Amino acid sequence: MSEQVSYEGVETGAELPAASYQVTRLDLVKYCGASGDFNVIHWNERIAKAVGLPDVIAHGMFTMAQAGRYVTDWAGPVAALEEFGVRFSAPVVVPDDDTGATIVVTGQVQQKLEGNRVTLALTARSAGTKVLTRARAVVRLP
Amino acid sequence: MAINPDYIGKKYPPSAPYEVSRVKVAEFADAIGDRNPLYRDRAAAQQAGFPDVIAPPTFPIVISMAASGSAVADPGLHLNYAMVVHGEQRFEYSRPLVAGDVVTAQVTISDISIVGRNAMMTTMTTIETADGEHVCTAYSTLVERGGAA
Repeated sequence: MSEQVSYEGVETGAELPAASYQVTRLDLVKYCGASGDFNVIHWNERIAKAVGLPDVIAHGMFTMAQAGRYVTDWAGPVAALEEFGVRFSAPVVVPDDDTGATIVVTGQVQQKLEGNRVTLALTARSAGTKVLTRARAVVRLP
Repeated sequence: MAINPDYIGKKYPPSAPYEVSRVKVAEFADAIGDRNPLYRDRAAAQQAGFPDVIAPPTFPIVISMAASGSAVADPGLHLNYAMVVHGEQRFEYSRPLVAGDVVTAQVTISDISIVGRNAMMTTMTTIETADGEHVCTAYSTLVERGGAA
């Protein structure tokens, strides 16, 4: 985790450093168990392909969780997340190998609001494709 | 059969109480690869001002998804779950979930619409403690591919 950021220290338009998160088939199996979402398209290649997907895909909520981690790692332990929303624009395709897929998250301070709150605009890409759009978080900073 | 728009506004009864446990929170944090100590180290969470470990921001989906199962499987709704993908997700938080919280989730179908060949359904799930303290509201939009017909 990074140093605690403060509202005073944040500027509108500031770009946050990008972060990469790896996702393998094993991660998806673990996420199935932890979340209770056992939809077969997240672990069964045969069925994923039969319903028209290129391969097994990550849970949208797994990808959102990486964006959430990006926000909380940046904001620090004392910050409070007030709103967090995303649109799932494309699936993260996870091949059956030891590397899996990479999710790259970036962020920018979009607006400083009253009450020590800031709006972050987020992007997430995998294999060059935007996997989240309209991703934003409102965080209250110390 | 196409999705039934008469279900817009339908409110489902609150779920059975769900107890947020340290073990489940740590399991979820491990599964998403998040090593944040607030999710597993009670002392770190207390230092940050919480009574116990807190849950990651997307953890409420575990509770809201289980609760919305009753809506998704409602036979009169005619939602074909095999064709469903997650379209959008949004959370509004009053505070994080904390280990030891006992909460209920109340699901309302807030919208159903047809966009091209697809049907879209948005649910609003309110997560509160037994004392009625609001913790989080989750808005989930599901897309049923080909569900317009």
